[in-house]
Amino acid sequence: MTTAQSPRLDHLLIADMVDPGARVLDVGCGDGALLQLLAEKKKVDGRGVELSQRGVNECVAKGLSVIQGDADADLADYPDDGFDYVILSQTLQATRRPREALRNMLRIGRRAIVSFPNFGYWRVRAQLVLRGRMPVTGNLSYSWHDTPNIHLCTIRDFVELVDDLGAHIERGVALDHAGAPIRVNAPWWIWNLLGEQAVFLLARDAPAAPRSS
Amino acid sequence: MNNSQQAPRTDAGTPCAKRAANGASHGKTAVFPAEHALVTDGGGRIAPLAIAYETFGELNADRSNAILLCHALTGDQYAAGVHPVTGKPGWWEVMVGPGKPFDTDKYFIICSNVVGGCMGTTGPSSINPATGKPYGLDFPVVTIRDMVRAQAMLVDHLGVETLFCVAGGSMGGMQVLQWAASYPERVFAAMPIATAAKHSAQNIGFNEVGRQAVMADPDWRAGRYLEQSVRPEKGLAVARMSAHITYLSEAALQRKFGRKLQDRSAPTFSFDADFQVENYLRYQGLAFVERFDANSYLFVTRACDYFDLAADYGGSLARAFKDTKTRFCVVSFDSDWLYPTSDSRAIVHALNASGASVSFVEIESDKGHDAFLLHEPMFFATTRGFLESAAAARGLKTRA
Repeated sequence: MTTAQSPRLDHLLIADMVDPGARVLDVGCGDGALLQLLAEKKKVDGRGVELSQRGVNECVAKGLSVIQGDADADLADYPDDGFDYVILSQTLQATRRPREALRNMLRIGRRAIVSFPNFGYWRVRAQLVLRGRMPVTGNLSYSWHDTPNIHLCTIRDFVELVDDLGAHIERGVALDHAGAPIRVNAPWWIWNLLGEQAVFLLARDAPAAPRSS
Repeated sequence: MNNSQQAPRTDAGTPCAKRAANGASHGKTAVFPAEHALVTDGGGRIAPLAIAYETFGELNADRSNAILLCHALTGDQYAAGVHPVTGKPGWWEVMVGPGKPFDTDKYFIICSNVVGGCMGTTGPSSINPATGKPYGLDFPVVTIRDMVRAQAMLVDHLGVETLFCVAGGSMGGMQVLQWAASYPERVFAAMPIATAAKHSAQNIGFNEVGRQAVMADPDWRAGRYLEQSVRPEKGLAVARMSAHITYLSEAALQRKFGRKLQDRSAPTFSFDADFQVENYLRYQGLAFVERFDANSYLFVTRACDYFDLAADYGGSLARAFKDTKTRFCVVSFDSDWLYPTSDSRAIVHALNASGASVSFVEIESDKGHDAFLLHEPMFFATTRGFLESAAAARGLKTRA
């Protein structure tokens, strides 16, 4: 099994965070590129959830175990601790209830990996502040009226939500416009300004697991 | 036309099942003598048991490429090829054959008539050895699990230990689920299609309408019609007409018929089949009674009604699939209101909860429940992809 094109940078970063042989649930798995990468590089036991029929069909045709569904409606039905990692790649901002989605991810998996476009990125800010227009960038390519991205957030916002959920960040990486990671020891405001997207590895606060009611 | 079958012949002294017939293009039957009786969930005993089946393609050297197809309510073993009674193509002709999703160049396909059926497998129209007359209502009420037990006997008889895949739609999908629950180690991959893990009140209600239509026909004769050389054709036709509506969608009926009139330009102010849809349903009813036995209809609908897989596992469907290694691909169709997507999702949730490897696709189609029997390219692609990946995972050696 080989991936057709060179893997996306955020996918490689995610793959780097996953232990070999882990059980992985990829929520919003699209055409299955990340699951394939994880199967190849880390020999994971991977499952996916994808909203679009086309995506699910492509995944099934590739031999991946993928079900049709979405983060808002279907995560609640997964049992506790079913997976080592639950991944939400570039999908958080499109969920109806991001907080619930994150809470479910941390219930289903011991760890959660979330990647998202940073709305605090300076080019985004500049478009709004200087041009007075809703930002449209390479990462956020939709017009305001047809975007599926209904819950955009900045890196700072996200970190606050993680705190609020009682989880903690084990690793975090922000990528600049060129896709290069920002210095690890840079302060948060630098990440928030220069990071075009971010990837976070989250863990429940040990030992008691947060439970959904 | 009378569909009643010959009494299944036991081969006295034969320790195991034996092919009783090996006709040119059809007519394979395995007959299990009394010492291999099928003991049913309801406490009945069926002996001898004849199982009529067909095979397509060839079994490979290590016997690893066998696929069991489970037919729906009124289907039979003729999944492909020409049906010997109707002269029409088999019920899954679109899916089974060389180069098709169930590729007979790669896989060895087995399809058998369910116990209680009327195409050669022992059922209510078979001769009851205790009386020398057709069983009628003396035939034991069978369950989906009894059907699967009988299939397992056939699969043993064919020398197949592990089935590469068990697949089927509707009642066939129930059998797939039962196979995966009863014989998890014998099922490498499973495709339950347009089905449910239990019959809903609505499903039972429709089936009861059909059964009452049959039993209200004066020619039903309390189930003893074969002895009196009559058949409750009118009742069975009405049962089929009402059931047929449930197999379609409102949109499909509208698209096909609307309010169009049948060979006339104005209503006749009578109870003729003025509307095309009436004519169509009448035809469906008439065609059905040509090939199906009324008592069999009672028994197979009853088997579906009794199906509630979770009930056998303490009310937990997930427990039915505990620690399963089987790979599942669950398929539903969005316009199917008889076995709606929510039924399939319940299966998927249970499989997820048991940690099973599961794929689930809801296919967009306006053709209703029958979509699984029709030309649906997305469904074909899903099936092909699932089978090919499962074949790769199993390291399947095809004879090609």
